[in-house]
Amino acid sequence: MKTVLKALLGSAVLAMAAGSASAATLDDVKAKGHVQCGVSTGLAGFSAPDDKGEYTGLDVDFCRAIAAAVFDDPKAVQFSPLSAKERFTALQSGEVDVLSRNTTWTISRDTALGLNFAGVTYYDGQGFMINSKKLQGISSALQLSGAAVCVQSGTTTELNLADYFKANNMEYNPVVFEKLEEVNTAYDQGRCDVYTTDQSGLYAIRLTLSSPDDHIVLPEIISKEPLGPVVRHGDDQWLDVVKWVYYAQLNAEELGVSQANLEESMKSENPEIKRLLGTEDGGKLGADLGLTNDWAARVIKHVGNYGEMFERNVGADSPLKISRGINALWTKGGLQYGMPIR
Amino acid sequence: MATQQTIAEGAAPRVPLLYDPRVRGIAYQILVFVGLFAFVYWIIGNTTANLQRANIASGFGFLQGRAGFDIGDSLVAYSSDSTYGRALYVGFLNTLRVAILGIITATIVGFVIGIGRLSKNWLINRICLVYVEVFRNIPPLLVIFFWYFGVLSVLPLPRDSIELPFGSYLNSRGFYFPKFLWGEGAGLIALALGLALVFIWFVRRWAAKRQAATGDRFPVLWTSLGLLIGLPLLAFVVTGFPLSFQFPALSTFNLQGGIQVRPEFLSLYLALSFYTAAFIAEIVRAGVLGVSHGQSEAAHALGLRNRPTLRLVVIPQALRIIIPPLTSQYLNLTKNSSLAVAIGYPDLVATGGTTLNQTGQAIEIVAIWLIVYLGLSLATAAFMNWYNARKALVER
Amino acid sequence: MQEHDLSFVRAEMVASQAPPVAEHGLVPWLRKNMFANVVDTIFSLLGIALVFMIVPPLVQWAFINAQWTGSDRTACATLAQGGLQPDGWSGACWAFVDAKFQQFMFGRYPSAERWRVYLTGFLFVALLVPMLVPRVPRKGLNALLLFVIFPVVGFFLLSGGAFGLKPVATPLWGGLMVTLVLAYVGISVSLPLGILLALGRRSHMPVVKLVCVVFIETMRGVPLITILFMASVMLPLFLPPGTSFDKLLRALIGVALFASAYMAEVIRGGLQAIPKGQYEGADALGLSYWKKTNLIVLPQAIKLVIPGIVNTFIGLFKDTSLVYIIGMFDLLGAVRQNFSDANWASPQTPITGLVFAGFVFWLFCFGMSRYSIFMERRLDTGHKR
Repeated sequence: MKTVLKALLGSAVLAMAAGSASAATLDDVKAKGHVQCGVSTGLAGFSAPDDKGEYTGLDVDFCRAIAAAVFDDPKAVQFSPLSAKERFTALQSGEVDVLSRNTTWTISRDTALGLNFAGVTYYDGQGFMINSKKLQGISSALQLSGAAVCVQSGTTTELNLADYFKANNMEYNPVVFEKLEEVNTAYDQGRCDVYTTDQSGLYAIRLTLSSPDDHIVLPEIISKEPLGPVVRHGDDQWLDVVKWVYYAQLNAEELGVSQANLEESMKSENPEIKRLLGTEDGGKLGADLGLTNDWAARVIKHVGNYGEMFERNVGADSPLKISRGINALWTKGGLQYGMPIR
Repeated sequence: MATQQTIAEGAAPRVPLLYDPRVRGIAYQILVFVGLFAFVYWIIGNTTANLQRANIASGFGFLQGRAGFDIGDSLVAYSSDSTYGRALYVGFLNTLRVAILGIITATIVGFVIGIGRLSKNWLINRICLVYVEVFRNIPPLLVIFFWYFGVLSVLPLPRDSIELPFGSYLNSRGFYFPKFLWGEGAGLIALALGLALVFIWFVRRWAAKRQAATGDRFPVLWTSLGLLIGLPLLAFVVTGFPLSFQFPALSTFNLQGGIQVRPEFLSLYLALSFYTAAFIAEIVRAGVLGVSHGQSEAAHALGLRNRPTLRLVVIPQALRIIIPPLTSQYLNLTKNSSLAVAIGYPDLVATGGTTLNQTGQAIEIVAIWLIVYLGLSLATAAFMNWYNARKALVER
Repeated sequence: MQEHDLSFVRAEMVASQAPPVAEHGLVPWLRKNMFANVVDTIFSLLGIALVFMIVPPLVQWAFINAQWTGSDRTACATLAQGGLQPDGWSGACWAFVDAKFQQFMFGRYPSAERWRVYLTGFLFVALLVPMLVPRVPRKGLNALLLFVIFPVVGFFLLSGGAFGLKPVATPLWGGLMVTLVLAYVGISVSLPLGILLALGRRSHMPVVKLVCVVFIETMRGVPLITILFMASVMLPLFLPPGTSFDKLLRALIGVALFASAYMAEVIRGGLQAIPKGQYEGADALGLSYWKKTNLIVLPQAIKLVIPGIVNTFIGLFKDTSLVYIIGMFDLLGAVRQNFSDANWASPQTPITGLVFAGFVFWLFCFGMSRYSIFMERRLDTGHKR
């Protein structure tokens, strides 16, 4: 009787089981008609649902860019909100095709966890935020000895924090939560003096506080946090697609091709632009990638170049107002460098 | 007709093997066993394959590794240099602390509310009813959130702490009170306290014997109280007041010194106590109502007044009804303490979760959780069963 | 015999008199029920003080000061926080609940497809109500529809992907809808599974008994969170490499298995209360084990433990809120998620959202407990004399 039950349960489980992860993710994606994209459960500017429940943000737009390149439709993407704990399992098990969830590129994740990072869509670093109205006269993280610090558990942030305070011989009082929402609420209610996470995150979170203008982000950056999209190890074609969607957006910005001037750019005689947009005669760069030749043009048409994507979600056109800083193009003193498309 | 024949022949009925209940039973069991074995084998096979693929070594060796993360609330010495094993131990002690204190408070509040539900006073009765109906029908997780965010939003920042008597303070970082610093000779006071307890035990025995023999009553309560306070006080005076206090004082960010009770602990403890108290109140009410009316009538007929009736007749019988469900409420409270993870109180599940996340040793961590919680459940159940056996009806 | 010579017989009734003033009206009632003696008076005064401490501020917060309309955070933030309210204002921000109501109910389920949720909900209510009203006939057919046909229909309606319905992946589900799906599946799986486990635990076959005892005691001995963690983190490890399945399904399995262990213990209580004569009678009639169980034992046993079963259902319903901890957006999760919406961030938002979620949970649980009391009274025949 129990065996029957188990068998029934097992078959039910298998019946509802999603397709297993096969090697050719691109074919899978084309077959099912959408990209399954793992995003964060709610971080303004990167991935957060708006009033209508639609996801918006930098990470989200990058997923839309992939969908645009493959399907010419930025809406052909489904989002799986994932917590810090679940994100890697979800990718490994094939639940998502790409993980675009402010994930830090580290060697152990690249090797031991069987993942591949496709690039760095946002160069970040861990910082501190305090309420300047309530804690006047604090202008450096080195003055924080004895403070209560709010931090999310299970992240590199938590470990960096412990190391930083130890290295500087300071004491602190950790207040650790599992979920971002809880850290936010606790900090907002005055449970801790300091909030620490990636700096971009701090700017995003500041907006969700009840009086954003009272809070300042301290200048110290205590770690390197290169954030980027992640795919499964061992599927080079899919890795290429994700990687080159990102580089295409960078190249477009370098060449001055944007959503606004795409029409004219399509007619441009500049050979570099022609290669990028697939307007040159006999070009097969897109086909080699497993996509159509106008793949990059589709990305620009629907999502825009990297600069547009940045400004719209986290930069000047967004409530976050983060300056480009090290995320500027290499030609403008930043670190963003698009590999040549030829 | 067939039956008549077999009876007439006097031989055992010949049952086909397929219909023999004994054979069938054995066959079923073998089937279950084989099925279960195959299932477990399948799972183990998959798990090892998955672990190999993800490059995760199994075994409990990781417990010796450096944890690297800090824990805010710890009963024993802990730093980020301690091991994962130590972190789990800290979590375990935190679970125990909130469970034990929660059980004590929930019992007291629950009994008060339960008796209030039986009160003839209309207002008290209604207040207790509202309390029970509100708390019983809300998920405990929400109750915890209410306490946590409710308490946090009301309390001020450390600079504007609410001052309480005896050098205690209340602010959004928790409840601070002075730390007792015992000087030389403090051991004598503890000794006096122990001595007082021993004396009390003897006095009670003697008083009970005397009442049984002569019917005279001895003021046991007052004597006990006198002993309990008097002896340590005497020792305190003799040793020359070996006690000083460390008062909490404001520093740059928080109050330093003294003892800090963090809001996470406070709200978890209060939420669990008040939530469970609603259930205990209903159990107490049912227990007292379950004692037949004839019992108290008979006690009154014997000339016992209200209070002795309650103390000697009703309550002992009600306890028999109350204890078994009370045990399961205690177990529930212990298990619900794992909701601490939602408000960042570092209990076993929270520290285990962090460890799991840093090391990827999911199976080992979950095994530790299962063993610890099962152990706690069995220990609580064993204690309550022992207590129940003592209180149970002795049938002759 | 003596004859009565009655000179006067009253023909009509005397009009009843009002009770004495001291026994009638508000004052004597108060004296009797609240101020009977000194102790009573003290308690009553304390009670009145308590009510005055709690109720007026609560009403003030929830109704009088509350903001019912508004389009963003300014409606619920004070001037110092960049809002419209005077400093020191404190009141519920119902405007937030109003703006997010759809999300609290459906999560991110596409708006164009929500008629499917409504339809499923309607079907559920249409099948549930006749099931709950004792007078409506054809309970067997009703149960078949509710517990066998409805799940299939509901599954296809909600998740789509067949019959021309657009597929809606479960990560899009959320809010009260997920809470109800979890509770429904948990309830309809845990009852039969619980019965099987309870029968197994009372079985004479040692292997079966052992398996059931170990399962029940393990599930009951550990917190639901650890079970959910196991379901969400470890289940993928237990399956062949590369297999993955739905997160909602994983949570469902965890919740259902957990609830069935509790259910099994409740049912076992009922089984133990059936007099031995009933079993012996059935045996004497030559009924097989399953016939005996289905026709004689279970109907009596389940009737005995209906309050316990409903209590387990209530517990299960409340426990569904824990899936929030493993990162799913049930009602509580949807509410919590919206706290980090920059458009609505204000000190009043979190507490208002929590009060709303608490009220919804309370409505459901209170309703269930009232129904259980009603059924208990109705079925209170026999056994108690």
